[in-house]
Amino acid sequence: MPAASAPPRLAVFKFASCDGCQLQLLDAAGLLEIAERVQIVHFLEATSRIEPGPYDIGLVEGSISTPHDAERIREVRRQCRFLITIGACATSGGIQALRNWGRLDEFIGAVYASKPYVDSLATSTAIADHVPVDFELRGCPIDTGQLVELITALLLGRKPRVPAHSVCVECKARGTVCVAVAKGVPCLGPVTQAGCHAICPAHDRECFGCFGPAEAANLVSLTGFYERRGTPADSLLRLVRGINGYAPAFRAAGDELEAAGRGDP
Amino acid sequence: MSSDGIRKISVNALARVEGEGSLHVRLSGGRVEIAEFSIFEPPRFFEKFIRGREVREVPDLVARICGICPVAYQMTGCLALERALGIGTTAGIELLRRLLSCGEWIQSHALHIHLLHAPDFLGHESGITLAKVAPELVERGLRLKAIGNRIMEVVGGRAVHPINVAVGGFHKAPAVADLQGLLPDLEWAAAAAEEVVREVSRFDFPDFARGYESVSLRHPDDYPMNQGRIVSSGGLDIDATDYESHFEERQVAWSTALQSVMLPEAKPYLVGPLARFNLCYDQLPPRARAAAEAARIAWPMTNPFQSIIARAIEIVAACEEAIRIVRVARAAISPCRIPFELREAEGSHATEAPRGLIYHRYRIGADGLVAFGTIVPPTSQNQGQIEADLRDMLPGITGLDDAALTQRCEHMIRNYDPCISCATHFLALTVERS
Repeated sequence: MPAASAPPRLAVFKFASCDGCQLQLLDAAGLLEIAERVQIVHFLEATSRIEPGPYDIGLVEGSISTPHDAERIREVRRQCRFLITIGACATSGGIQALRNWGRLDEFIGAVYASKPYVDSLATSTAIADHVPVDFELRGCPIDTGQLVELITALLLGRKPRVPAHSVCVECKARGTVCVAVAKGVPCLGPVTQAGCHAICPAHDRECFGCFGPAEAANLVSLTGFYERRGTPADSLLRLVRGINGYAPAFRAAGDELEAAGRGDP
Repeated sequence: MSSDGIRKISVNALARVEGEGSLHVRLSGGRVEIAEFSIFEPPRFFEKFIRGREVREVPDLVARICGICPVAYQMTGCLALERALGIGTTAGIELLRRLLSCGEWIQSHALHIHLLHAPDFLGHESGITLAKVAPELVERGLRLKAIGNRIMEVVGGRAVHPINVAVGGFHKAPAVADLQGLLPDLEWAAAAAEEVVREVSRFDFPDFARGYESVSLRHPDDYPMNQGRIVSSGGLDIDATDYESHFEERQVAWSTALQSVMLPEAKPYLVGPLARFNLCYDQLPPRARAAAEAARIAWPMTNPFQSIIARAIEIVAACEEAIRIVRVARAAISPCRIPFELREAEGSHATEAPRGLIYHRYRIGADGLVAFGTIVPPTSQNQGQIEADLRDMLPGITGLDDAALTQRCEHMIRNYDPCISCATHFLALTVERS
């Protein structure tokens, strides 16, 4: 998006989510910096200013989980020149996509005493399952640095520098001893996209996949390895069926573990 | 006013709140016929999908209920599971947990005061436009927020959805040098927060005195965060284990959030900074209390518009507490995590989230997995009280034009810093007048 005379108009939209990714925009490092370069014309969490579209950049947080939202995202798409999803919910359906393997009535019954008031789809799905998306920013939550880089890249009309390699590369870069090798902990780092700065292994624990599957992730090889080394299949199933459990690569791995009769969902 | 004498106002999006909901008001003459605060945030069914998960996964899962107060969910979840399994942690672990909660209170309150709530008092649409005329105010808020975030990064590994919290303690003990490194910023933050108390206590507050039933934790030694008994201004004094005998979540037709009431009268009640300030004023640490006294804050505070002052005082308190904890941290805590054995068990716990009391109960099955969980966030507890405030405020302000009336209603809702993402477990405003 080459620089034009008026600053580009930015809008933020929320679907089913925890607000954590939008919150990254409200951070000291993010908000005033971004507000200098674009006009924030629709961002309900931050401002009462609500201007109608069209918008140059639309940031979408959250997944599609109600009939109303499935309609609303189509209108949002029509209004936005560049549509960018921010975070695991918008990009893979999020943690609430765990419902996709269950029966909706059981889910409603677990939280609500009676059913009539709850209007919910049986699935929680990614924005790209409903409308074309121009760029997906991963993470649970997204990384503020990546968000600022993405908006900067859009404004300059260049490709954003967002890595597609795995968390392992970040562990090596920061000199973290591999928790999977040294401690025998089943870690999703080898198959998870970088961006979090490999914080979990740096805290002596496994990566649980906040940034979703890395490019060309070989899940079968990894889960098979952990299984042969002694991690129970049901435990592995829970590991891949987490924050980004409905992202295609993680989903296929989970379904395969389950179908092999080794899983216990 | 339409030709048939019916006046309708619709605002389709209430801004500067966390999540999505709406308000529906119908006025007939001076009488309020309907005041429904509704939440249409899509339900995400956390209580269902934690079933069948491992106990150790709970802090990572429940954090995702809320990006603004993930620590409150993590702390309550861990402590409830530890009670179930009889896990006794150490004083060192509990101090670090309190430090992490201080970080969350500082960032959450700083965000709400400067970016979401102050614009209501100063006649702005947002903190972004406010920053153009009062840059020092907004920059101070953002720096306070950044300092809260920094505490969460040092102790929790990340500000939004910390990854270092575990059942039994922490995955890794934070480095003492990193803890000590927080001190200069915290000293600045405590002084800055005292200035915030001075400034917000001089705001112009609409007259509106309430007789609330305030509910919060109370601890014998400290201003309440993660430990204490549940007390109320009406004399309730119970352990968290008895929460469900005294409070009940109910489903209402206009909301995807459950609304809580206090039993046996099934009445609304107040949780949050104002309730804590009123119930635990005597336990504020010295600088927070001195800031309240210097600003001549009446105690108890009965005007919900003044909740912004309680929030500011709590930032001072959280900074003081953080300083105290950091100063005693001379060695990395060891062990940082207490090991535990899984067994069939049940346990509950309540803590104080930035927005108020939060309650969790879990049952662990014979297979060692979570068999059942129930989670009551602060906003679903305040929802009934918000509606009651609106119903009682509206008759006195019907002289206002539609824009001013709508603004006042939104301001009232923002007094509560409602976290709607939490409560569903957005806000559009509709006013009909006849």
